[in-house]
Amino acid sequence: MTIIEETTSTTATSTTATATDTAALSPGGNPMGFGRMLRKEDVRFVRGKGNYIDDVKRPGMLHGAILRSPYAHARIVSIDTSAAEAHPKVRAVITGATLEGLKLAWMPTMSYDTQAVLATDKVRFQGQEVAFVVADDRYSAKDALELIVVDYEPLEVVMDARKALDPGAPVIRDDKEGKTDNHIFDWESGSKEATDAAFASAEVVVAQAMLYPRSHPAPMETCGMVAEMNPVSGKLTLWSNTQAPHAHRTVYALVAGLPEHKIQVICPDIGGGFGNKVPIYPGYVCSIVGSIVTGKPVKWIEDRSENLMSTGFARDYHMKGEIAATRDGKIVGLRVDVLADHGAFNATAQPTNYPAGFFHIFTGSYDYGAAHCKVTGVYSNKAPGGVAYACSFRITEAVYLVERIVDCLAAELKMDPAELRMKNLLRPEQFPYTTPTGWEYDSGDYPRALQMALDIAGYAELRKEQAEKRARGELMGIGLSFFTEGVGAGPRKHMDILGLGMADGCELRVHPTGKAQLRLSVQSQGQGHETTFAQIVAQEVGIPPEDVEVINGDTDNTPFGLGTYGSRSTPVSGAAAAVVARRVRDKARIIAAVALECSPDDLEWNRDRWSVKGDPSQGKTIQEIAMLSHSSLELPDGVEGHLDAQAVYNPPNLTYPFGAYICVVDVDAGTGQVKVRRFIAVDDCGPRINPMIVEGQVHGGLVDGIGMALMEVIAFDDAGNCLGGSFMDYLLPTTMEVPSFELGETVTPSPHHPLGCKGVGESATVGSPPAVVNAVMDAIGVRHADMPLTPAQVWRAMQGRPLRTDLAIE
Amino acid sequence: MQTPRSFEYERATSVDHAIALLERLGPEARLVAGGHSLLPMMKLRLAAPEHLIDINPLVADLSYVRVEGNEVRIGAMTRHAELLASPIIAEHFAILTDAEKVIADPIVRNRGTIGGSICQADPSEDLSAAFAALKASVLIRSGTGERLISARDLHVGPYETAVGPAEMLTEVRIAIRAGSGSAYEKVERRVGDWAVAASGAWVQMSGDTVADAGIGLTALGVAHFCSPEAEAVLIGHAPTAEVIAAAGAAAASITNPPTDQRGPSDYKRHLADILTQRAITRAVARALGRN
Ligand SMILES: Cc1cc2nc3c(=O)[nH]c(=O)nc-3n(C[C@H](O)[C@H](O)[C@H](O)COP(=O)(O)OP(=O)(O)OC[C@H]3O[C@@H](n4cnc5c(N)ncnc54)[C@H](O)[C@@H]3O)c2cc1C
Repeated sequence: MTIIEETTSTTATSTTATATDTAALSPGGNPMGFGRMLRKEDVRFVRGKGNYIDDVKRPGMLHGAILRSPYAHARIVSIDTSAAEAHPKVRAVITGATLEGLKLAWMPTMSYDTQAVLATDKVRFQGQEVAFVVADDRYSAKDALELIVVDYEPLEVVMDARKALDPGAPVIRDDKEGKTDNHIFDWESGSKEATDAAFASAEVVVAQAMLYPRSHPAPMETCGMVAEMNPVSGKLTLWSNTQAPHAHRTVYALVAGLPEHKIQVICPDIGGGFGNKVPIYPGYVCSIVGSIVTGKPVKWIEDRSENLMSTGFARDYHMKGEIAATRDGKIVGLRVDVLADHGAFNATAQPTNYPAGFFHIFTGSYDYGAAHCKVTGVYSNKAPGGVAYACSFRITEAVYLVERIVDCLAAELKMDPAELRMKNLLRPEQFPYTTPTGWEYDSGDYPRALQMALDIAGYAELRKEQAEKRARGELMGIGLSFFTEGVGAGPRKHMDILGLGMADGCELRVHPTGKAQLRLSVQSQGQGHETTFAQIVAQEVGIPPEDVEVINGDTDNTPFGLGTYGSRSTPVSGAAAAVVARRVRDKARIIAAVALECSPDDLEWNRDRWSVKGDPSQGKTIQEIAMLSHSSLELPDGVEGHLDAQAVYNPPNLTYPFGAYICVVDVDAGTGQVKVRRFIAVDDCGPRINPMIVEGQVHGGLVDGIGMALMEVIAFDDAGNCLGGSFMDYLLPTTMEVPSFELGETVTPSPHHPLGCKGVGESATVGSPPAVVNAVMDAIGVRHADMPLTPAQVWRAMQGRPLRTDLAIE
Repeated sequence: MQTPRSFEYERATSVDHAIALLERLGPEARLVAGGHSLLPMMKLRLAAPEHLIDINPLVADLSYVRVEGNEVRIGAMTRHAELLASPIIAEHFAILTDAEKVIADPIVRNRGTIGGSICQADPSEDLSAAFAALKASVLIRSGTGERLISARDLHVGPYETAVGPAEMLTEVRIAIRAGSGSAYEKVERRVGDWAVAASGAWVQMSGDTVADAGIGLTALGVAHFCSPEAEAVLIGHAPTAEVIAAAGAAAASITNPPTDQRGPSDYKRHLADILTQRAITRAVARALGRN
């Protein structure tokens, strides 16, 4: 392959084609680049022709099922599998003891801890994996689970994170040598001294403790795998709904000692991920072992309760915030002390150097003198996880903290929360801006976005209406939030997961007839990659989006990359796609110059062709050039034939999307029921490749945020029972709980992304919960109550007795 | 996917056939109507009947809402969605239309039946409270004949009814009474969720005085889903704000709501009061033709 010097400009493109711009339409009626178009993948989804893990059928395939612990903390005295093994349809029963023989009873987590694959000594959370049965069919596998007799000796549990570090607390991780408490880590960011000094001289200090309760991403499709070890070739093929197929391949190679070139991870369609499908789960390892032991393909897929009870949850952050300001509302400092409940194993998936993820972006969108945070991670008898549910590596918790406490400050100062925010937002001229905790925000115009949201809302009118309603005893609330995200992890120098740097590969091949294939490492879980990435190629090299096949989800056929989470697909792989397209365009120029018998310098690019400067009739389209690249045309020395390119994109920085959100609620004063009446969301993610897809991402995130604010929680009772183990108990919002959204858009391109684009997959999930909570608190005139704001919680908050939402209601 | 234990399946061809099957197959056999209560329990392996007797083939006989004489009769296999859409129900018993709008979601309502709902006797079931408020009666068929009992007596405890192991509920009957109005008020955490608490009121007005009244409560730990205490406060009085407040307080006083993730008992007791007041207020307005 010829390497041609990259001509990527670092200035942003903001050219966007729209479908109404007919001159820009492709033969298929699509925009020749950016703009609204229907999703290519929807042709199969709307016809019910998606292909998910549970649709995968292999010859001779067996079915696995997991026996799970009914206890949150118990010693395993004995396990008797004889009756299960005697079941006529059972092919194998695997326990921790079986795995110990293979040195697979424990596996490393993505946070350099260990996690039990199948429990050997103790169970440490309700729902933990204890045994794996492989049978001819799914029903028999489940029936056989009931035949396994486990003798447990129940132990005292740690369900309240606030008591995890008490001196007498039972030690959960006594498997770790010398471990005498439940402490995982302490981590700090920012300057404590400077912050203390700012607080010491501050005119006003407001403190507020708040919980971001444990929630769950609850993707529509649960986690699952079909594992097939070919005993002849030694090749292991894994159909897996992982968000990070390449990273998983490497981890399996490292964990199981299997040769990496003999492992193929294939992701069929994925029914939602939201971070839930990033970790390696015991069920995957068991499926692999099951296939090795039986010599047959083994399918395992969780049922709903298994997914909710045992897989990667989100949040569980107990935060004590303090904000310092002048009496006229200039913020001078922010500090926060966090207790992070990581569950029984520290299995959060985030860049290695950041045990609290990107929580230290907690200063948000404001200009401070100083800030400091301290995060302490603890073990509890709950399922492992923490980084999931579109959290942008804990920016959700950070934004909640700052946006809630800014409202508390506004209440203290008796100042309008919009005015207080406007007064403290970073100004456009401050960018690039380095925060007190070291983030370099690349670009932004915050006041413009906030003003746009206020204008769409008709803010002054709403406040007037609110005052009139209040006089009549009716409760209406208006809540704001402003968020800054840091997404697109990330620069290889700072960011890796298990030693794998977070750069993404990409390949573009143009066939002789001018149709192309783009090979990506990022795995779509519903985000619309097949469309968005085709549009990037169309924009950059003029091949219609319908002529670009986007290939992802098969590690044998795509270049390496770290996967789709943390809103990183467009910031990292989107940039890689732009780079390969530009490389193809540059090579096309040389070929066109040969064909046109001129110098490459005499050519200019015009949407889909290179033509002679000053004489546009003399030119070659990209399709013509593709054929020429395969022809007998004699190319200059050092230029090989064919038209393709590959690249590995190592992002220089994260991208920093931001937005201003306003929520309007009505609260029933008698019952505490909250009705979200309006939701205004102004998002800035740079240029929008496909505005329809971006809006869909925002809509989904707003629904998530309303859900978290009002109903979603996984609580536990004091015996260790999970109280959110089904959709009867873990409530997800429906269309009935959300209004028709009012969206706005500003565009400040990222200066370092080739397309100026910033990620948007998590923006609305990150930004919306505080707007909803702020609105409800505004309505009921209470400073704070923890999510979820169920009718009971709102009523109790009005009584001055808010509930603790992480524990069973008392 | 949630997987039940294995079971045998039979389709009933008539009510008598269904009862004969129940008699023959014994206590490990269960009728399945809409299946929206029974099947989830089987999938979670909380219930594991050995035989399912499918009574959906009986829809032709048992699905109806009709006026007969001075009463409305509802067949046991009438689906929630049919009750919700029924103009007869909307005209005479707005409480049922109110309740059906907030029972589950359209998918469940398309399949779940009236008979299945009240035979499930879930302590948070909505129609049980509505029928209790309406002082409805239910018809129960056995191998030897039929008996008509008060809807209030149908429920003998949580998940327990007066329907015997080889019996089947076939019909609900509600008297049409002139000058009456009814309404249902429910608080749920989310559309489609079971009630945190709910209250239904039925009043028959004589001039501006309440001549008769029924108050139904659900999810509040109240025996037979009703509050005769609140009814006594109303009957014989003009429904003034004070009387309605006293009825709300009376209803709340007899509740014994469990504290659970839907809310603490103090909140639910408060809801019993406020929802009863709201339901009575709307029922009176409807009775007086002021909607
Ligand atoms: C997601 C969801 C939400 C729900 N929300 C609500 C709600 O908000 N409020 C509410 O009130 N209900 C709610 N339900 C329950 C719903 O209304 C059910 O349909 C109903 O409870 C049972 O009716 P079915 O016809 O499905 O009964 P089945 O599940 O078929 O049967 C239930 C029980 O009744 C017995 N049975 C059925 N028919 C007869 C008969 N004719 N004679 C004797 N025994 C009989 C069966 O043997 C079984 O034991 C909800 C259900 C679901 C799945």
